[in-house]
Amino acid sequence: MKWARRHHLTMLVALPLAGVAAWACYQDTRLFVAATLNGVTLAALYFLVASGFALIFGLMRNVNLAHGSLYLLGAYLGYSVGDLTGSWYLGVAAGALGAAVLGIVLQITVFQFMPGQELRQALVTVAISVVLADLMMWVWGADIYQLDPPDWMFGASVLPIVQHYPTYRLILLALAIAVGGGLWFLLNRTRIGTMIRAGVDDRMMLAATGVNIQFVFAVTFAIGAGLAGFAGVIGGSALSISPGEDTRYLLASLIVVVVGGLGSVAGTAVGALLIGLSEQYGLAYAPTYGVLFTFVIMVVTLFYRPQGIFGGR
Amino acid sequence: MDTLRSTSAVASWQRTALPSGLLLAALAVYPMFANDFFILQIGGQTLIIGLIALSLMLLAGYGGMVTLSQMTVAGVSAYLVALLGGSHGGVSLGWPWWLAIPAAIMVAVIVAAFIGALSANTEGIYTIMITLAVGVAVYYLVLQNRTVFNGFQGLSHIQPPMVFGVDWRSPSAFYYLALACAVAGYYFVWRLRRTTFGLALQGIRDNPRRMSALGYDVYRHRIAAHAMAGAIAGVGGVLLAWYNTFVSPATVGVDAMINVLLVAVIGGIRHPLGAFLGAAVFVLLQSFAIDLIGSQRFRLLIGLIFLSTVLFSQDGLLGLWSHCRRWWASTTGQRTFLKSSSELPDR
Repeated sequence: MKWARRHHLTMLVALPLAGVAAWACYQDTRLFVAATLNGVTLAALYFLVASGFALIFGLMRNVNLAHGSLYLLGAYLGYSVGDLTGSWYLGVAAGALGAAVLGIVLQITVFQFMPGQELRQALVTVAISVVLADLMMWVWGADIYQLDPPDWMFGASVLPIVQHYPTYRLILLALAIAVGGGLWFLLNRTRIGTMIRAGVDDRMMLAATGVNIQFVFAVTFAIGAGLAGFAGVIGGSALSISPGEDTRYLLASLIVVVVGGLGSVAGTAVGALLIGLSEQYGLAYAPTYGVLFTFVIMVVTLFYRPQGIFGGR
Repeated sequence: MDTLRSTSAVASWQRTALPSGLLLAALAVYPMFANDFFILQIGGQTLIIGLIALSLMLLAGYGGMVTLSQMTVAGVSAYLVALLGGSHGGVSLGWPWWLAIPAAIMVAVIVAAFIGALSANTEGIYTIMITLAVGVAVYYLVLQNRTVFNGFQGLSHIQPPMVFGVDWRSPSAFYYLALACAVAGYYFVWRLRRTTFGLALQGIRDNPRRMSALGYDVYRHRIAAHAMAGAIAGVGGVLLAWYNTFVSPATVGVDAMINVLLVAVIGGIRHPLGAFLGAAVFVLLQSFAIDLIGSQRFRLLIGLIFLSTVLFSQDGLLGLWSHCRRWWASTTGQRTFLKSSSELPDR
């Protein structure tokens, strides 16, 4: 019954969208396909950032509004290490590790002492993001950086219709799919994933069974923050790194989580796809009002499904 | 607490009237002793930022809804007063002031009510997330749109009108205008706490489910609170546009949005005075931090102050003040803290 109603609604949304897509395809196939590809690869990046946010918020109920700062810090660290060592892979590792370490520090020094106080967590992390943003500005300045991925990722791949497409963006897409699959596997098929889910449902009970829940949560936070830092290096290689990117990706994560709903990898993926696609279609077809597309999607979701498309509550 | 107030209503009135009267008198004579910089840049700016923070205080302190979009609401009215009235850059309709200003504030109220309708069904942290998203959407809209909002440049040459033969652009006149608006807003919010609506709002803050069970429409109360706060922020936005003489995307950017939260929380979010106290601290730091740490590190300083406020004092500077009074009272053995506790709502 519930499924049927949802299905009905999906049809109602999907059919006009398919019509518009067909019309756009008919008008200019190449533009449409290029915009779609850009949207999907941007969605891959958003998914990488937002999955960390959704993991921390959705599972531990920890509101981490410094998530964007973790992204940016990962990107800067990745750039510096990559610049020093000349190895992009080391840069990726450094970005992910640096953000993960900061995440553990945040969990141990801040979140551990205010469980359940969402508002206080939000205010504290806003404060931390303000401080971090200024510290990063101090260290790395206001310049725009870009990381150079290894040669084999560089260049263009040959695809039908759009002919040439940057290889790196396709790798980004593959990475996001791999990370999504890995996350799903981790949460649903491993021992630590079971512990994380159990800790979310009833942390007292989990503690009573002899599990160190602070350790479990620290690990979860490290994974979420590490994903943000990882996404920072990956995104910094595809696009660029500059001050202000932190709020951009925090915002993207927020909207993805609001639209997709919490608690499932699929929800994050769908939210990221919607936002990434709408942003790129907006850029291609209505440049100055493109941002409104994202906004309208969020508003419509909030009115009809306040818990998000895949939200379970 | 209520019985205490009613039995000694006269005494209580005298006790609260005296300090606030003195404060008002001090604010009124302030321009006679200060130079233009202190009147406009410190005084005027404090009152304007305080007014916008006051709208957040109303929502967060009474309604328990911490929003980030109050600067966006203020920015909407700032942009509209520029578009409807006179400005350079984008479209300027050149409406007379008595039409443009109410229209700008009305639209701000509508936008605020819309944001309220979006976020009122959600709880706690979702409100912050949604209002942040709305605010950033508005920011990108005015940034990317050139035809109406003139993109990155924004709209310039916004000036207060000449009314009653007074040049409202002059520092003293503008200061008194901002002071009048701030006092009116302060009085409104202060009185609101004891009204039926204000009490219902505080009830909803403390336990929405119980209020709902008692027959209160939680959703509509929240939207109404957003609309009221929108009116206050709208007035602040008009003043802000006149103060800066321009409005640009940076006016409604994320930093500006977060600044309002910083100001309200640093001052103390439970009492209307906190908004202005926080604004004074913010403006003074912003103006004089250059001498202390250099202008570059201002946000680091204010961020650290914000962080320590949130971590160590639940109620900002006002909370610190009442804490000191209580400590003083307990050490000297006097029970003077009753007054402060009747002024500051405690949960």
